[in-house]
Amino acid sequence: MSEITSLLALENLRFRWPDDQRDTLTIPKLELAKGARVFLKGQSGSGKTTLLSLLAGINTPTSGRIIVLGEELNALTASKRDQFRADHIGFIFQLFNLIPYLSVIENVTLACKFSSRRNKRAIQKSGSLKAEALRLLTLLQLEDVVINKRAVAELSVGQQQRVAAARALIGAPDLIIADEPTSALDTKTREHFLKLLVQECDQSGSSILFVSHDGALEKHFDRVIYLEDINALDTQPKLGVKQ
Amino acid sequence: MNIVLLLRLTLKSMWNRRFTSSLTLLSICISVFLLLSVETLRKEAKEGFSNTITGTDLLVGARSGSVQLLLYSVFRIGNASNNISWDSYQEISAHPAVKWSIPISLGDSHRGFRVMGTSSDYFAHYHYADNHALNFTHGQQFEGVYDAVIGATIANELGYKIGQEITLAHGIVDTHFARHDDKPFTIVGVLAPTGTPVDRTIHVSLKGIEALHVDWQSGVQARQKISAQEALKMDLQPKQITAFMLGLSSKMEIFRIQRAINKYKREPLQAVLPGVALGELWQLVGVAEIALLIVAVLVLLTSFIGLLTVILTSLSERRREIAILRALGARPTQIFVLLTSESILFSILGATLGWLLFLIVLVLGQDVFQAWGLHMSAFSFNVAQATLILGIIVVSALLGCIPGYQAYKHSLSDGMTIKL
Repeated sequence: MSEITSLLALENLRFRWPDDQRDTLTIPKLELAKGARVFLKGQSGSGKTTLLSLLAGINTPTSGRIIVLGEELNALTASKRDQFRADHIGFIFQLFNLIPYLSVIENVTLACKFSSRRNKRAIQKSGSLKAEALRLLTLLQLEDVVINKRAVAELSVGQQQRVAAARALIGAPDLIIADEPTSALDTKTREHFLKLLVQECDQSGSSILFVSHDGALEKHFDRVIYLEDINALDTQPKLGVKQ
Repeated sequence: MNIVLLLRLTLKSMWNRRFTSSLTLLSICISVFLLLSVETLRKEAKEGFSNTITGTDLLVGARSGSVQLLLYSVFRIGNASNNISWDSYQEISAHPAVKWSIPISLGDSHRGFRVMGTSSDYFAHYHYADNHALNFTHGQQFEGVYDAVIGATIANELGYKIGQEITLAHGIVDTHFARHDDKPFTIVGVLAPTGTPVDRTIHVSLKGIEALHVDWQSGVQARQKISAQEALKMDLQPKQITAFMLGLSSKMEIFRIQRAINKYKREPLQAVLPGVALGELWQLVGVAEIALLIVAVLVLLTSFIGLLTVILTSLSERRREIAILRALGARPTQIFVLLTSESILFSILGATLGWLLFLIVLVLGQDVFQAWGLHMSAFSFNVAQATLILGIIVVSALLGCIPGYQAYKHSLSDGMTIKL
């Protein structure tokens, strides 16, 4: 079997929300190599989150192909796509990443409960799920949070985002998707968070797709994509056209 | 994907909202308790009602209505429209198809309890519930003219004992002018509780009733009083009675004898089958029972709606939780199970607690129920109860599909956005 070198490939992708008059996305072509650190930039409302939903296999394109890690997502059944996402993709949301009624450790290990692949990998790495969660949380400088058994609701936003990062990283998924994870953080915490995240992705060999509208963060990534550039909504009037 | 994880998530989520959760649980628990109680009480009441008189084939009285006859002769409620002559009673009870007969003479009372004149056949042949004969807790049946046998309720409420003397009153209302205080009766027997009107009846011999009234005319005592001792020397053969019960030698004879009595030439009589009359009466009383059941069902419905409201309200709070789980790879069906399992858990827990509460009340309340004449056995877990509880769980599971389906739809449409 040949090693898969492509992280993702989009071909003639079109997506329109049901009941919508216009397409949200029209991407003729996009290819990213495995191991890439990609910064996806776009205005709010430009369809970033929609694109992430498609890449994660939660939504399917109206037409066209999405190939992630060699797997053609649009050809898979809904439950296979869900399993694919559980096995290969770690997700970090903009805010409110954690389940309030679970402990910090439980929040981190939850990712492995939906994927035996990530479960196995995590145990291989540290001997147990809890130990691996602890290792990642320590790397993300959250050991005192665990020691003090702090409830999720008591954590600061920065701490919450780092717990979310630990959850995305556990079991070393092939791709980490982060949807504006730093938008609620101040500049200092933002840099700190990003450094830790990128460092950990390198360690575990995960590719990262980082979405933000904040160009100041570009420097941490080796490829920058402007969604407005690849999204060819040529038949429709564009708001705020980039020069 | 294992259901265990989803259940653990559901339980933790419920625990996280433990204040609202416990209130919801409490409301389900109480309504299940209410429904079980009403259902059991209803059944017991109906059973106790139809068990008031058994083994008697025909009730005979002056012609009126079958329910009225049943009311005054068995339940001791209201009065007869007319009496029956002693000769008619003698003639009918001498019929070869008649195995036994019990004469009943009503019209007097004691402190609100009815006095019934009858014969010793009453203690031999009057049966209730599962063909139980009357038992004595103290003493024995009456022998002398001024002997009385009292029911269990009277003994309890008035604290009467064997050997005590009581004064009977003429009519149902006990006024000073209408007391038979010149002819006191002595209690010689106390009957065991039956849960029937027997418990509230004072039984005396027909001769006793006759002796009370030798010097009475048209409802007032004559000037010239006859003393208790003098009355004993007189002929105390009753001239009329109020009603009588018949036991026949064969059930096949019932309708023939009934027809014969209804067509009786010497005076207008009617014979009714106690079971049929009880059925008719229950149709009247039973409305209350159905109303009670409807209320209990409505209470249950209200708590179901409450449950649904709580879950649906939490759903909007849990939308982001659902998005997180979806991002982690949870399938929409798992989201559905997650939400539906909550209402199932609520109803299983609530129904179990309600049932336990019901059992506890049943055990602790045994004395009270006995006093009311209700025979509610605590540990007879019957099929009806099980079906009821199972039905409640099934209904709430079906209701739980509503938030489950909502969450399922959200999980499909929300995509990766977290809706707040």
